[in-house]
Amino acid sequence: MYHYTDFDEAFVRSRVAQFRAQVERRIDGALTEDEFKPLRLMNGLYLQLHAYMLRVAIPYGTVSSAQMRQLAWIAETYDKGYGHFTTRQNIQFNWPALRDVPDILEALADVQMHAIQTSGNCIRNVTADHFAGAAADELADPRPVAELLRQWSTDHPEFQFLPRKFKIAVTGAAADRAVIRSHDIGLQIVEQDGEQGFKVIVGGGLGRTPMIGKVIREFLPRADLLPYCEAIVHTYNRLGRRDNKYKARVKITVHEHGIEAIRADVEKAFRRIRPEFSGVDQEMLAGIEAQFATPSLRSGATTAYDTAYQGDPVFRAWADTNLTAHKDADHAIVTISLKAHGATPGDATADQMRLMADLAEAHSHGELRISHEQNVILPHVHKADLPTLHAALSGAGLGTANVGLASDIIACPGMDYCALATARSIPVAQEIATRIDELKIEHEVGALKIKISGCINACGHHHVGHIGILGLDRAGVENYQITLGGDHTETAAIGTRMGPGFAADDVVPAIERLILAYLDLRDSADETFLETFRRLGDAPFKAALYPETRARHAA
Amino acid sequence: MSRAFTPKVVTANALIEGDVVYLTATGEWTRRHDQARLFTEQQAAEAALSAASLQVADVVGVYLADATEGATGPQPDHFRERFRATGPSNYAHGKQVDL
Ligand code: HEM
Ligand code: SF4
Repeated sequence: MYHYTDFDEAFVRSRVAQFRAQVERRIDGALTEDEFKPLRLMNGLYLQLHAYMLRVAIPYGTVSSAQMRQLAWIAETYDKGYGHFTTRQNIQFNWPALRDVPDILEALADVQMHAIQTSGNCIRNVTADHFAGAAADELADPRPVAELLRQWSTDHPEFQFLPRKFKIAVTGAAADRAVIRSHDIGLQIVEQDGEQGFKVIVGGGLGRTPMIGKVIREFLPRADLLPYCEAIVHTYNRLGRRDNKYKARVKITVHEHGIEAIRADVEKAFRRIRPEFSGVDQEMLAGIEAQFATPSLRSGATTAYDTAYQGDPVFRAWADTNLTAHKDADHAIVTISLKAHGATPGDATADQMRLMADLAEAHSHGELRISHEQNVILPHVHKADLPTLHAALSGAGLGTANVGLASDIIACPGMDYCALATARSIPVAQEIATRIDELKIEHEVGALKIKISGCINACGHHHVGHIGILGLDRAGVENYQITLGGDHTETAAIGTRMGPGFAADDVVPAIERLILAYLDLRDSADETFLETFRRLGDAPFKAALYPETRARHAA
Repeated sequence: MSRAFTPKVVTANALIEGDVVYLTATGEWTRRHDQARLFTEQQAAEAALSAASLQVADVVGVYLADATEGATGPQPDHFRERFRATGPSNYAHGKQVDL
């Protein structure tokens, strides 16, 4: 894991002290809200519907047991005893009081965490594949590069007032678990002629105008990463629209100018910037890489695992859905579901956080990950430990065997918390998961991604859900639009809207009809929902969603 | 043709806690929607909004929200205001338990 340098430490501490003074000046009236708002946003502090919300960065989704315990302590001391893990690998606290926030930031700094650049028109928390450094299918660990990008972008003088927020994601595997095609810059580590470099994708994004990112460079040599990213951000800073907030993201810049024109500009800027990078960044990268070395993995028999797998159907179901292949065959990557049927997606209580921290210490070298799918991961677990681990998790409501299945739903906070929302999303997720559990069909249904957002900003990734749900306000009533066929992976696609939206009471039955229709339509149990949709198109799914219309046509 | 004015309450968030608050008839801030003053005239509502917006040491984000007189006092019209007046639906947190 990365450890702060003296510079990082001093920087984070000075930011806390600065913010403490700003909060005091706001409370005693020296600063107006207009003056204070940009300052608090720079420190991750939002004002939501019922309270303030503090967004804490979990860079590239990696946290230690000690950090997780501190998050639990903060949740208990300053919040209502829980935290909410989000799609951008952050944790959000929903109830802090303004005057406590400097103390919370101090407590975070004590464990090398912060809330800097989790908001505002800057380069945000750099996200990465949550299986980084552990996955069997990975070419290289993307986190050292993510950390290098974080250091380069933090407080970068040219990039504090971009036209709009700017998000970067990195993956080291061809299987895209980091949604890189929906980011402003998506990076994939690739190999060419035995040399490692990057495939660079630009201009992806969700929100009101969803776009799949376009490849700007098929192969970028490793050492050119920072100057090339700087050239992209510089070009964007120059060309990006500042006249209209809704057209300000780089996806629009790329769309309006065309990828060829942007590429030409970026390459030109790159040739100018490249000589300024003398190689110091590469020395830094080498130092960072050493800190991400794989922990020394234990060897030993995996009999305990094999026995439990054969003998215990509950364990087997969990192992089948919640484990992923580790690069060491005797180890597994464990995904802990924060999606117990009927619970709020992504929420963990302080007790659960502490338990996960303890289990990570005992079984995963003190390391945890947060996924954009709002689950927690133990990246390096020896298979012999899995039965014990599963038992401990099950005792704390953390043993749900549903990762990647229909009830593993992504949902943004929606109108239960978010001031921008047009409808709620959490209760919809809770009700769908509860219904799916009653039907006992999700293991039969298999891979299915349902993603819900409470407004067009699309924080819940609904555009790239196999089933996407968007909550809207239609004449003072919550209404839910359904899109199908979205995909967040290397075969990324934006979902298609099916038709008129559904009232809150009708949305769960509509999703049920869709799932049952799929079971009828698939050509075998191996054909996933997405594959069936791609093969057959909208029509049979529309018929399932809108049976009345079909009846009328038939009449 | 002037459209009929929908009655309104003046609402905001408290500076320190972030709690949703409403302006009362005596010019104080209450956490209870049903204790808010209901403005039935546009001019009075806007004047109260301007005055309240100056109270920067107490509140943030002051605005007018539609409401209707009910048996126990003003009730919110829109579902967003209903949530603000009660709290989130996934936990028994906020006003639904604190008031
Ligand atoms: C509750 C406070 C939040 C606010 C005020 C907020 C605001 C926004 C806005 C305005 C956008 C649209 C940006 C644009 O297209 O220019 C956006 C997009 C996004 N937000 Fe949030 N959001 C919030 C919570 C969250 C949460 C909880 C998550 C993670 C679960 C999240 C993750 C994202 C993602 C992934 C996108 C879309 C990707 C993109 O195009 O950038 N946000 N958010
Ligand atoms: S999608 Fe909308 S409602 Fe959901 S968190 Fe984002 S801004 Fe809020």
